[in-house]
Amino acid sequence: MIRLSIPLRQALAKLTLPVLIALAFGLMLLGKADVLLAERMRVALADALAPIWGVLAEPLGKVRVVVDEFRHAVTLYGDNARLRAENDTLRRWQSVALALDAENTVLKANLHWVPDPTPSYVTARVVADAGGVYARAVLLSLGPNHHTSKGQIALDERGLVGRVTEIGSRSARVLLITDLNSRVPVTLERSRGRAMLAGTNGARPRLMYWPEGVMPVEGERVVTSAEANAFPAGLPVGVVRYSASHVPEVEPDARLDRLEVVRLFEYGLHDLAPPELSVPRQVERRR
Amino acid sequence: MDDRLPGIRPRQSWGRRLDMAARRGFPLVVTVLLLLLAAAPFGLSGQPQIQFAVALASVFFWSLFRPASMPPLVVFGLGVVVDLLGYAPLGTNVVILLALHAVATAGRRFLARGGFVMVWLAFAMLAAVAAGSQWLLTAVLTLRLLPVLPAVFAALLAAGLYPLLAVPFARAQRSLAEPERA
Repeated sequence: MIRLSIPLRQALAKLTLPVLIALAFGLMLLGKADVLLAERMRVALADALAPIWGVLAEPLGKVRVVVDEFRHAVTLYGDNARLRAENDTLRRWQSVALALDAENTVLKANLHWVPDPTPSYVTARVVADAGGVYARAVLLSLGPNHHTSKGQIALDERGLVGRVTEIGSRSARVLLITDLNSRVPVTLERSRGRAMLAGTNGARPRLMYWPEGVMPVEGERVVTSAEANAFPAGLPVGVVRYSASHVPEVEPDARLDRLEVVRLFEYGLHDLAPPELSVPRQVERRR
Repeated sequence: MDDRLPGIRPRQSWGRRLDMAARRGFPLVVTVLLLLLAAAPFGLSGQPQIQFAVALASVFFWSLFRPASMPPLVVFGLGVVVDLLGYAPLGTNVVILLALHAVATAGRRFLARGGFVMVWLAFAMLAAVAAGSQWLLTAVLTLRLLPVLPAVFAALLAAGLYPLLAVPFARAQRSLAEPERA
């Protein structure tokens, strides 16, 4: 070690903090100027940590199961009554669905309908919360030779979760539909009106830009639309709910707050840049 | 540093040096582990805020009570880790944590003599300022108006989490993380 005089050493020690603060501002500029650098660093870190989190996920999942079971045991009686009622309703719907399915098959046979290709998918475990204070995303753990790519669509067993925005060698980041940067073209199922689903970082994304003369109806189902070629048409997204201030929002079908396993579908649609890369939008017109 | 102090000390063997290094590194290692744990899939809402709160509380505590183990360079590194894990614009948390470190070390004389409640109150105020500046910096760097509620939540969570971390930290400070005890 180099021998320095004590006053010099003290002066240097005093300088460290201001220099580091200046460096931090430099880092900010660098992050702004070279977005790819930050992304690459993040992906590298996520790749390194994904196996560790993957190991952690197993015992954590077990703990969660035990907690859930305990909670279910408490609400057993009420659940049973609710399920019986729900079962009756579903039975009625089942007969309707079977009839419609049969009718649909006949109609398609008459129309020489070309069926949509069945998309391929992989299933991946959610190992970490990859969001921040101002972002909503999850990190998936993938095997080293995965064939997933950016822009793939993530669904859980109930509905749309989000899109893959960043890919590492062992991990992938999925931006949730509730994220502030998320925009999903959707169709209101009853009126067939197109709209945009914009994330707010809250639990329920907001509906925007629906056409004139069409109002989203409370309880209406919302599905994806094929507009802009980012999503295939007809994936279940959620149900319209009006907030207290009378803003139409969508309650997602997917259980975004407790994702464990998601499926990544390859529909061959690629038009997506991660939110950090895209140019910030100009002032948005709100309806 | 200890070499300059008069007194009788055990010989500087390799084992003892290793022991002292481990004790010096304790705050950094524990903080990083807590940050990684805070990102694990617990399925809690507000987990990113927990991460931010852990970073604030840890940097504040160690800067106040053992600045030798939480030098500016370590704070810088922790800030980068928080930025990368929390998907914040690069550099925001670095600036915030360094500023917190500067305030904590500057107010050492005054704060360390006060009781626990006073330190806690000071931390709660600083955490509010930190959450506010994080909101502002993120908004400026991403050029969008962000919701205010997460910032309020982050500040409250940091203030609430502080005693839970400070009590075990204070015990560790006197036992595990004390280089003199090596």
